[in-house]
Formats: sequence, C-alpha cells, structure tokens
Amino acid sequence: MTAGVTIDAVSQAFGSAKALDDVSLEIAAGEFVVLLGPSGCGKTTLLNLIGGFAEPTSGRVLIGGRDMAGIAPKDRPTTTVFQDYALFPHLTLADNVAFGLRMRGMAAGVRREKAQEMLALVGLSGRGDRRPHELSGGQRQRVALARALAVEPDVLLLDEPLGALDLKLRRAMQDELKALQRRLGTTFVHVTHDQEEAMAIADRIVVMNEGRIEDEGFPREVYLRPRTLFSASFMGEVNRIPVINGQTPLGPLLPGTGTGTLCIRPEAIGTEGRLMLGYARITDIAFFGTHLRAHAAPVQAPLTDLILHLPPETVLKVGDVLDLYARAHVLLTA
Amino acid sequence: MMRVAFWVYLALAYVFIFLPVAVLVAFSFQGGRLPVPPFQGVSLKWYAQVLGDRDLMAALGNSLIVALVSSAFALVLGFLAAHALARVKLPGSVWMRGALIAPMTVSYLIIALGLLSLFNQTGVRLSLWTVGIGHVVINLPLCFAILYAAMGDQQKSAERAARDLGASEARVLWHVSAPMLMAPMAAAFFLSVTFSWDEFIIAFLLTRFDVTLPVEIWSMLRSGLSPATNAVGSLVFLVSVTAVICGEFLMRRRG
Repeated sequence: MTAGVTIDAVSQAFGSAKALDDVSLEIAAGEFVVLLGPSGCGKTTLLNLIGGFAEPTSGRVLIGGRDMAGIAPKDRPTTTVFQDYALFPHLTLADNVAFGLRMRGMAAGVRREKAQEMLALVGLSGRGDRRPHELSGGQRQRVALARALAVEPDVLLLDEPLGALDLKLRRAMQDELKALQRRLGTTFVHVTHDQEEAMAIADRIVVMNEGRIEDEGFPREVYLRPRTLFSASFMGEVNRIPVINGQTPLGPLLPGTGTGTLCIRPEAIGTEGRLMLGYARITDIAFFGTHLRAHAAPVQAPLTDLILHLPPETVLKVGDVLDLYARAHVLLTA
Repeated sequence: MMRVAFWVYLALAYVFIFLPVAVLVAFSFQGGRLPVPPFQGVSLKWYAQVLGDRDLMAALGNSLIVALVSSAFALVLGFLAAHALARVKLPGSVWMRGALIAPMTVSYLIIALGLLSLFNQTGVRLSLWTVGIGHVVINLPLCFAILYAAMGDQQKSAERAARDLGASEARVLWHVSAPMLMAPMAAAFFLSVTFSWDEFIIAFLLTRFDVTLPVEIWSMLRSGLSPATNAVGSLVFLVSVTAVICGEFLMRRRG
C-alpha cells in the first residue's frame, strides 16, 4: 500500500547537460513530499526516474528497498498523475479508472465496482459512463487521480497536476489532495513550481535548482530558515542586506558575526522586534487587502530599498519616517 | 458581371470533370446495341447481362477480395511503422520516413515491372496473391502517411499513461493506440480499398488466370464497345464513390 523511496547519488545527463547532479534523497513511506523549483531545475526528471520513464546515468533509485534499475514503468509500484491528464478519450470515465485493474487481470465485475468506488472518492460518483471530453479541467484532473489511485500504488507521482487549473480551483484541489493523502497513507511525490502550493500540501519540501537539491525540510523551516539564498528567494519575497564582518549599509546590525547576506521577509519587518534596523523613510505604498505593502529607504543608506508588509489597518503615507525592527531574520554566510 | 463569370467558370469546370462519367453512366441504360448517341430508350438489360456474366462476377469477387485483404495488410503495416517512427527518435528516422513514403512517387508501371521480374526470378507464380502484394506496395505509403500525421501529442501521453498503469507494449497498441486512431484508420482503409479496386496496370501484369475486375473490363473492351462495359463501369464507379465517401466521412469525424 505504501513504500519509501530512496534516491541514491543519482545523476542524469542529456548529452553534456546535467539534468541531475549527484542527488540523494530519502522519502519515508506515507510521506507527502513536494519537489519545488523553477522549470529546468530537474524536478520532473527526478519524477521520471522514480516512475521508470528514464534510467539514471549513474546512481540508484530504490522503492520499498528494492532497486528499480531496469524495471519498466508498468512493473513499478508507482503510478503517475500527468499534467495534461492523459485520459483515454475513447473510454468512459469508469473504463479509464478501471484501466490499470484491467491490465492486472481483474475481472470485469469487480473492477467496475472498484472504479465506481474510486470515482466516488474524488467526488464524481454516478458519472462513470461519461467520456473525458464532457468534463471540465478540474473534473478531468480528478479522473486522472482516481485512475492512478485505483491500482493502489505504493507511491503516487504527481507531475504539476494542478498547473492547468485556475487559482481558486487549484487551492480547493490542494486541500482535497492533502486530505486524500492522509486518508490513504500512500506516499505522494508531487512536482510543482508554485511555492504556495508546496507549502499548502507538503509534509516536506525539497527545493531544487540546476539539478541539485538546494534545501529541504518542513514548509515552515524552509520558509523561515532557508539554507541558501536561492531557497530564500524562491520561497517568497525577501529583503537581502549584504553583511561584511557584522557591518551592513544600515550600520553595525550584527556585531560579532561574519560575512554573508542578511535575509528578512517583508512581513517580519515592523515597528517592534529584536533586530533594530533604524529609521527609514516610506517611498511607496500599495494596499493588498491582506496587508499593506510599502517600500522604505533607510535613513542611513538611502539607496537600499526595503520591502515591508504591514498590517492592513496601518495608517501611513509616503514620506513618513518609521523606526523599523525585524522580528525574524536569517544570516546566510556565503 | 464578375459573379456571373465566376459561376459559369465553376459550372464549366465541373462539366469538364464529370461529363465522361455522366456519359458512361447514361449510356449504360442504352436501349440500343451501341453506347453512342442517339439514345434509344431506357433499358436495364445490360445490367442484367453483366450481373449474369460468370467471368465478370468472378472478377468482381476477386477484386473485392484483393482490395479488402491487401488494404488490411497495408493498414496494419502502415500503422505499426507510423507508431514506431512517431514514438522513437532514431538516428536516420527522417530517412526511414522518406523511404516509406517514396513508393508514392514511383509509377505503378515501374512497380509492376519490378515485382514481375522479381516473381519471375524467384519462381513465384502469378495469382491474386501477387496482385495483392503489388497493392500493398502502393497502399502502405498512403496508410503510413495518414496515420503518421494523425499521431499527436495526445496520443503519446495517453500511451505513456497506459504503460504507467501496467500495460505491455502489445496491450498499449491494442487498447490505446489503435482505438484512439479509429477514424483515421478507417479513412486510410477505405482509401486503400478504392485505389486497389480501381488499379489496372499492376493487376494486369501480375495476374494470369484469376483476374481482377479492371483487367476483365479491359478484355471486354478488346471485343468492341458495348453498353455492357458501361454498366460494369457504372458499378465500379458506384463502389469507388461509396468507399471514398465512407473514408471522407470518417476522416472528418476524427478527434
């Protein structure tokens, strides 16, 4: 029903280009892992290696402790939800969902029952005799999900499954995916470039860039305490202030510390906190509903641009001078 | 003024194209003994004569068998080739594609002569089988081209999903690739049937005792004009038109 995945020193080269460069990753059974990164970072390549659609140039992929070298997709305990759904247009929804069971030799009656059950699981009960072209994008995505889960894979691979849906539907599907995964206990490996989606659904986020793993951890860890600059800025907006031997353009903010980059999230800046940033003049304000977004130029270093997210009820105008503090920060030594 | 000229031109073009067929069909109902004017009353006797002619009916049966069987072979071979070349990127797949379509550019006479000398040298006796082989040679490129063009990304990703769900290669072909291409496959099949049904040169050179309908008609023509040939011709035309319409209809419905 569920199995862990071990990626052991895997590299994948396409000609001279390295899609994956010595990647190692341990995914526990029943875990919901999100591979997050920009396009071309190697996340989809990694998913393909787990699913068996490609073989690594070097390194090993193990599922449930079993080495998957030379094992075709059809013989792996994995199934995939594809970005373009890849439903069979000539089959009804029930036959689509039952396809994997049919390939496993399950009798027609039993698999029809199972297909109805799976369609009910994704909220499409009673629509088994429709065809894919009669459905909306969100419904097709559900059918693809039901089809992949019907064969009870140990590991479900999701390749940007929500990428083609509009924002509202995407948020709703994220909640459903998360609930479904908790209920089934199947290991989910989900690929996306949307960091909000990653934080919304993941037990653990793996941030990838240029074929390497940049960072990994619980969503809050990766967001609040990123390990690299790339990870910090990919997870969301961040103010970066250069630090040389504890000195910054804003003054000696971090006496006794080394050289690197001070990262502060916009919402961590306010009029109180532990780290004093000094006086800054507001240069621009925009109202976003959930927060007030402002640009500020520190009096000490007018060329530095700070971005602040303040509570929406804050009364503020351009030209005001505030005494700013950071409630949380990370110093990344380069 | 321009509009009138346009319609006149269009009418003339259609008359030019269809007049011979119209004349052929009209004189198959000739009451007299010759398929030339004047028209001497409507009669179905030539149809009765043709349908009662054993050799002619045997040839018609032969033509049907050759058309159906050779088209089925051409379709299966064309499908497998198209599927392989659409899926796998091999070095030289451009050349393989070219080589598969190339027979379209070779005249039927040359193909027939080539096959004839090949059969002579290998001692294969001429029969309906040898015509059938000739027709597979001319129809395979057609089936390949139609099916290759119909295999898009949707097809590719559905096949990938089928493999992911546990289908072997043979079952991917049978349960996904072929059914998804039902419409273009039927279109390719009916077009092949039409070409095989009408084909004369290859059938003429590669048969001996059992002949196909066009060859039988040719031998009828040698003993002079008769409305009976017009009647056969009309029947041949009717079958071809039916097959082409089926093919067109299915081609339009695809997707």
